[in-house]
Amino acid sequence: MSAASTVPQVEFAAVTKSYGTGRVVLDAIALTIQKGEFVSIIGPSGCGKSTVLKLISGLTPPTNGTIRIDGMTPRDARETISFIFQDATLLPWRTVRDNVGLGLELERAGSNRRKKTTAALLELVRLQDVAEAYPRELSGGMKMRASIARALATNPRLLLMDEPFAALDEMTRDRMNEELLRLRAEQKWTGVFVTHSVAEAVFLSTRIVVLSPHPGRIHASFQVDLPFPRTALLRELPEFEALVARASHVLREALGQ
Amino acid sequence: MRRHLVTVANAAAVFAALVVLWQLILWIFKVPPYMLPSPWAVAKAVVARFPSLLASLAITAEESLGGLIASIVVGVLVALIFAQSRWVRRMLYPYTILLQTVPIIAIAPLILMWIGAGAPAVTFIAFVISLAPVIANTTQGLISVDENLVNLFLMHNASPAQLLFKLRLPHAVPALFVGIRIASGIALIGAITGELYAGSSRVGEGGLGYSILYASTQLQTDYLFALVFAATVLGFSFIFAVMFLEWYFLHRWHESARAPETE
Repeated sequence: MSAASTVPQVEFAAVTKSYGTGRVVLDAIALTIQKGEFVSIIGPSGCGKSTVLKLISGLTPPTNGTIRIDGMTPRDARETISFIFQDATLLPWRTVRDNVGLGLELERAGSNRRKKTTAALLELVRLQDVAEAYPRELSGGMKMRASIARALATNPRLLLMDEPFAALDEMTRDRMNEELLRLRAEQKWTGVFVTHSVAEAVFLSTRIVVLSPHPGRIHASFQVDLPFPRTALLRELPEFEALVARASHVLREALGQ
Repeated sequence: MRRHLVTVANAAAVFAALVVLWQLILWIFKVPPYMLPSPWAVAKAVVARFPSLLASLAITAEESLGGLIASIVVGVLVALIFAQSRWVRRMLYPYTILLQTVPIIAIAPLILMWIGAGAPAVTFIAFVISLAPVIANTTQGLISVDENLVNLFLMHNASPAQLLFKLRLPHAVPALFVGIRIASGIALIGAITGELYAGSSRVGEGGLGYSILYASTQLQTDYLFALVFAATVLGFSFIFAVMFLEWYFLHRWHESARAPETE
């Protein structure tokens, strides 16, 4: 490991978040995510999973405690972060190509670099054939791939994903999971992934963090020691099944059952 | 395409049935022509006085179009101000409702008194009456942007100008068109209402509203019907023009504009 990578990608120290007067969403969160990790955050609804991502991205400030992203404040680190939302959140009046190029355009990248990067990413997510189509002509899976391409176009070091595949059918979701791992192998970003699908979390992650609700606290955190590259076949292995069962068990514990 | 033809054929059939009914009423109840002229008499009046009919139509079209364009420009600017903050909206929104509820008939004489009779005053009345729907719909379009889209822009350090021109304004275009569609109908009503009061510099010649009033005092009921018919045609053309523009700008991406294409 090089010297630079000793600075954690994400560091939460005693972070508390409450909305309004007294509704505590997250309580005393201490979380360190090293560079290169893929961490999934799972937990029942109302445990503040999405709030963790909003705090990392600086879209909302913590009530107490400090957050460091690669040693910087979340606001300063923004250029190195991309966010993928639950809906594809594409601009309907733009073609797929112009949607993928949006981030670079907003960051005022030169048009040459924009064209090249956009074309490369369209190819990477296999959307080059529908580059000039409008979002409404795309299937749910294709929209999500466009959304991922847009997030990766700005070459992020940290990728935040808020249940990006929740609205997709199971087969599409599985395929998207495999694609996401393929992209990660090529691009080497650090991932923070919120989901309530245990199987999805196990398939994607190097580590799973389980939150318990009311207020949101870290209930458990464990490594997923399955080797990469992971393919669709992994889902049929007993080790995979065992980890899903274990994660489900921990999740039930978190709910106090 | 065939569906369009069927729609047109249906509309034509209804029109023919109404004309027949109209003629039947004349025959059965023996209504005198100055109360209700025959369809044939109205058609003859259209042909015989076509130049003056067209002149009236042009005047009213110009006034209502002027008022409509003014209300689009001003309405969008006001909506941009409204979209800035909830406080501004709370303070000023009641006044746009006032714009909508004030009876235009009641203030038309006032406006004429202030501006003086003629096309500018009538244009102004058309503008006032058609402003509220543009403001209301555009404001709604500007502020109803998905929160995550705003977050997406913020994540890329978008400037306020980028947020406005690359997100809020394009997002508001479908709502703006809804506003324009409503406004185009009532701008015409405003213009005709204004003309009822505005008079004309030359006796017998003016916009549709003026000519309707003039024809009724002269008991030229057949010409009066022709003028009402012209006003209806004008109203339809406005709506169709707006719908065409809406389709032209939105059909590639917006769901509402797709309806005519789907089978």
